[in-house]
Amino acid sequence: MSLLELDGVKVHFPVRKGVLFDRTVGHVYAVDGVSLKVEAGRTYGLVGESGCGKTTLGRAVLRLVDITEGEVVLDGTNLAKLSGEEMRRVRRRLQMVFQDPLGSLNPRQNIESILAEGMAAHGIGADSEERRAKIKEVLARVGLPANALSRYPHEFSGGQRQRIGIARALVLEPDVIICDEPVSALDVSIQAQVINLLEELQESLGLTYLVIAHDLAVVRHISDVIGVMYLGSLVEEAPSDTLYAEPRHPYTRALMSAVPVPDPDVEDNRERILLQGDLPSPANPPTGCRFHTRCPWKQETRCATERPELRDIGGGHRVACHYAAEIADGTIGPRQSATAPRAAGEQRPVDAAVPAEAGVGAAAGAGPGAEEAVGKE
Amino acid sequence: MASTTTRADKIDRLAELTAQQEAHGGASLWREAFRRLRASKMAVIGAVIIAVFVVLAVIGPWIAPYGPTEQAWRGEVFPNQGRFVGPRGENWFGLDHLGRDEFSRMLVGARQTLLVGVVSMLIGLVVGALVGALSGAAATLGGASGKRLDSFVMRVTDMLLALPSLLLAVSIAAVMGQSLTTVMIAVGVVQVPVFARLLRGSMLAQGGSDYVLAARALGVRRRRIVLTQILPNSLSPVIVQATLSLATAIIEAAALSYLGLGNPDPAVPEWGVMLSQAQRFFDNAPMMSVYPAVGIIITALGFTLLGEAMREALDPKLRG
Ligand SMILES: Nc1ncnc2c1ncn2[C@@H]1O[C@H](COP(=O)(O)OP(=O)(O)OP(=O)(O)O)[C@@H](O)[C@H]1O
Ligand code: SF4
Ligand SMILES: [Mg+2]
Repeated sequence: MSLLELDGVKVHFPVRKGVLFDRTVGHVYAVDGVSLKVEAGRTYGLVGESGCGKTTLGRAVLRLVDITEGEVVLDGTNLAKLSGEEMRRVRRRLQMVFQDPLGSLNPRQNIESILAEGMAAHGIGADSEERRAKIKEVLARVGLPANALSRYPHEFSGGQRQRIGIARALVLEPDVIICDEPVSALDVSIQAQVINLLEELQESLGLTYLVIAHDLAVVRHISDVIGVMYLGSLVEEAPSDTLYAEPRHPYTRALMSAVPVPDPDVEDNRERILLQGDLPSPANPPTGCRFHTRCPWKQETRCATERPELRDIGGGHRVACHYAAEIADGTIGPRQSATAPRAAGEQRPVDAAVPAEAGVGAAAGAGPGAEEAVGKE
Repeated sequence: MASTTTRADKIDRLAELTAQQEAHGGASLWREAFRRLRASKMAVIGAVIIAVFVVLAVIGPWIAPYGPTEQAWRGEVFPNQGRFVGPRGENWFGLDHLGRDEFSRMLVGARQTLLVGVVSMLIGLVVGALVGALSGAAATLGGASGKRLDSFVMRVTDMLLALPSLLLAVSIAAVMGQSLTTVMIAVGVVQVPVFARLLRGSMLAQGGSDYVLAARALGVRRRRIVLTQILPNSLSPVIVQATLSLATAIIEAAALSYLGLGNPDPAVPEWGVMLSQAQRFFDNAPMMSVYPAVGIIITALGFTLLGEAMREALDPKLRG
């Protein structure tokens, strides 16, 4: 059995309106039926455009948002059914690293107090001496000086702050860490360091990761399995190498086509798929296949009416597309206007994937930490 | 109704400020705000006015040349015949209608006025902060029932905010009867919804912040999150509002006294009451009204200037 299993998880945020009494006038279908498994000691990478529900899914696992439907099973326990206090205790095993390193640290607490907070909540360490020893050990592990203890978050650089965030999770000795865009707020030069740190920690501590990113490049490097999300659900999932070698879902292919290849000849001739239109609103998702409003391979039958299931096509490769097989063997071609030679590529490719030279940090322009990352350059 | 929306909006805007600034590093930001304050003419003028006022309020009774209630020159003033005594060497501000030294009364009255302002503001602050903290805590971490409690409390404060504050104060004072305590309570009660909405809004903004989410993710207990994470980070707009409220409290207390709801002739003079009494003699002795009126206006101006400057210094949108 997998360490962490999600089964049909849905998170629907009610949209409320009303002058005197709130009425629910609709829902934002932020996460709409996600099932996935994360194996112990492995890394599951979750990618998708901004707003597709990655953060919400990560928070749902920790029950930081209410789960509307479905199960989150950690080691055989369905977290969705736990009482508040039981869930609070489970959080020792299930930790999170946040996208905005500064915003996720209380500006009025020094590092020692930030790191001791969780330990105190779970009764780790008999006294403050014992806690301090543990904190020092973890600080060393994440590559922070011991004198960091008495300093405050704003005194550190972006990369160091993220190390503090990681240390805060580590002091609880969790089994699973959910990393929500752990590097997208950081300088490109710092990103690799933090990713490497996460890998080292996984190796030495046997951690299990669910890593969220809006960029394939970040996830590819560290993930064993990658899931691609679109509008609240998974459209494709495969072992990392398979996904890169044979992306089967049209959306994954579009994402992939936006990542440049180092070889200039290949780069000039490779397939570039431009997606038309904007990401539909999760408050009013399209019928049938969620992707049909933008899919270059869209067919007149089924696509707009029938929602494709995530089907296993062998080798742990799952795809949610009615025509995955036909598209793969070329029986169905994309609409002509959808693929374009490089020269005509002024139109922006999928938001989620930005050419590597621009960096993931730049792609996170909308994120709160982006401004800070730029400032450090 | 237009003015009430702006009032509520202004409170909400102030509440938002903490959320934005704390995200960028608390301590250094206060230092930055303080630097901006010192560079601001408004703040400096406000601070100087407040400093002078507070010093006078403290030492007033000792430096006053005469007793404020001594009717030493009773024989020289005939209000019925319209005969008053204006400024002269002996009495710098002249005499009041009972032959008391106006200058001494102003000096001693400063303390009383400050006291009324501070006590009224504190009533509003303490009660409002309690209500706001409860509502804010319920809304951020109290689940569905907490949200219901919060929205009920906020509906009530919105209703109170929609009433013109003076009308509310007059109604309260009318029910309670004439006295200085009445004035302070009435003025304080008017401030309650302001502080409640402000602290609650500020807590809500903090409650949605990443570090509070992080604390929840860590498994920190709710009560501890409210007390150690949310509340300490929600207080700066309350401090700004307290400064602004001192100005409003002083003016509103004066207005209530002027309307005759204060103690008609207390042993200790108070500017609002002095102004109220002076109005009867305005035709013959306008200066008797001018001294307390100017005193009230300048003091209120001082608190307003400093408060507004603090608001600006904390507002990242205005930060240049
Ligand atoms: N508390 C909430 N109430 C209502 N809607 C919400 C809430 N949180 C998120 N949403 C909506 O749910 C959708 C998914 O948001 P989410 O933050 O999970 O996306 P994301 O994939 O993490 O995007 P990003 O890359 O921008 O972080 C968005 O449309 C968002 O506006
Ligand atoms: S089901 Fe149809 S619309 Fe959806 S991805 Fe496949 S081809 Fe495109
Ligand atoms: Mg996100």
